[in-house]
Amino acid sequence: MIDELAEKEKKERKPVEKEPKNEPRSDSRKIEVAHHEPDASVKKVKMKAEGVCAWFGTKQALFDVNIDINEKAVTAIIGPSGCGKSTLIRCFNRMHETVPGSRFAGDIFLEENSIFDPRMDPVAVRRRVGMVFQKPTPFPTLSIYDNVAVGLRLNGTRDKKTLDEVVEKSLRKAALWEEVKDSLQKAGAALSGGQQQRLCIARSLAVELEVLLMDEPCSALDPISTSKVEELIHELRQNYTIIIVTHNMQQAARVSQKTAFMLNGKLIEYDSTEKVFTNPANKLTEDYITGRFG
Amino acid sequence: MSLSLDATTDGRAEKALPFFSKLAHAGVGDWLFRKLTAFFAFLILFLACLTAFTLWKASVPSIHKMGWSFLTSSDWDPVQEIFGSVPFVYGTLVSSFLALLIATPFGLGISLFLTELAPMKMREPVAFMVETLAAIPSVVYGLWGIFLLAPFMRVHVDPILIKTGLPIFKGPSTGLSLFTAGVILSIMILPTITAISREVFEAVPNAYRESAKALGATNWETIQLAVMKPSKVGILGAVMLALGRALGETMTVTMVIGNTPQVTTNLLAAGHSMASVIANEFSEAVGDIHVAALAEIGLLLMVITLILNVAAHLLVWLTTSKFQR
Repeated sequence: MIDELAEKEKKERKPVEKEPKNEPRSDSRKIEVAHHEPDASVKKVKMKAEGVCAWFGTKQALFDVNIDINEKAVTAIIGPSGCGKSTLIRCFNRMHETVPGSRFAGDIFLEENSIFDPRMDPVAVRRRVGMVFQKPTPFPTLSIYDNVAVGLRLNGTRDKKTLDEVVEKSLRKAALWEEVKDSLQKAGAALSGGQQQRLCIARSLAVELEVLLMDEPCSALDPISTSKVEELIHELRQNYTIIIVTHNMQQAARVSQKTAFMLNGKLIEYDSTEKVFTNPANKLTEDYITGRFG
Repeated sequence: MSLSLDATTDGRAEKALPFFSKLAHAGVGDWLFRKLTAFFAFLILFLACLTAFTLWKASVPSIHKMGWSFLTSSDWDPVQEIFGSVPFVYGTLVSSFLALLIATPFGLGISLFLTELAPMKMREPVAFMVETLAAIPSVVYGLWGIFLLAPFMRVHVDPILIKTGLPIFKGPSTGLSLFTAGVILSIMILPTITAISREVFEAVPNAYRESAKALGATNWETIQLAVMKPSKVGILGAVMLALGRALGETMTVTMVIGNTPQVTTNLLAAGHSMASVIANEFSEAVGDIHVAALAEIGLLLMVITLILNVAAHLLVWLTTSKFQR
């Protein structure tokens, strides 16, 4: 039943895909879209969005977004509420399509492969491109251990020794191991907010993760927990590609190497974080980062 | 502008109702409200105790004559004034649990479909129709059972069950049996299970579903992990409420169970239930002890319901207290 529906959606999506290409940039006339020149000398491109448009029902949330995400770097997406930044990262692991009535056009590549390739299983995409949400969401009936092991168990791993190893490794990577190693059988929901968020990060790391999408991961946390998560982001950058959506411009400046500024569903400016915050090319970006709106 | 307007209307109210506003400021309203609601709450407790007490009082002659053998004997002979409740307790429990066994998977399946999988447009109408099933009077179900379900079971279903050779299905079948009672009860409690578990599933925050999907869970895995597991307690609550309805159901069961007081492992044989025997025999009961025995059955039904409810709460407590620090 569901497979049929998904199949149908795929078929319906095909003609839609051409729409933005037939009338290129009709929406971007008013606001000049900054074209980022890929800086080949620095990093390899891990993910690439091409002409991404997204709709909820009849409301268009994204307009022709093109963005390259560097490997093993932190990319921040900033912008005022409702600018489409969450929608954009939800397209990166095909979570957008799980919302009833949503539509998508354009293409997104994970390395060389389109994640919308009909042969590509969204489930497989989400194992490689994980996500951490605004509010920490440890599964309420599971222990700390089980919360981390859950992804592996979904994969079919049953071996106790492997599970133990991966749970410890993931919790260490998420800088949570020292705090919880004696209480692995306690409920995940019994931890503090900041610990819960790091538990959710550990949960994502336990599967064969390559890209971690973070949707305002600190907006529900206190300053101390926030700084711990930010430290963690710095460490994770060594091995993972991270895209973080944030309201907090200081945070974006602190944790990211590249920053994208979005407004009304369009990508306004995308450049190195330093450039965006010190010498923005676009007037709108400057207005936003200097606090004139948003 | 609007501020000053508010101030004047407030001032007027103060002058017009000095007595009540003073009372309210003194907290009398709060006090009264608390006492009144507490009274209502205790009234429920009082009524339950009164019911139990009345039943006990009415059943004294039977308790006196039969003693504990009322609970252990299978004989029910109003002529010789020998009364044993076992066949009725047996019939009630077997038909009710049979109903749960059939209705629980169906009910959970329906509500999972309605909350997780069905297209948006379909959800409300189907949910409404399922809940309408709950509003049909039980005697109507009984008629439907006699005219349609019982013959259907006799001709089409029972022969197949008999062919399986299982000791719990033995012929010949009349269609009026414990099994038929269980089937019709399952239809009657289906809306209860569906409606409550649907609300439980809908109350699960969407964030859990998204988290599961973001970990690469398939639809079915998401339902297991993010919907069913957090809802365990709620599902049990739905099942218990349905069991309560099945235990107490009278008319429908009377019409299809066959009304024969016997204890048999053959589900295709006729049986009897506690509620049925009270409804069937109360108006025709002649001796005092017969009436008292029926009252004792009522008391017993109340006690069994209580025990099952306590057991369910215990079960909930056991499954949820795993994480208590």
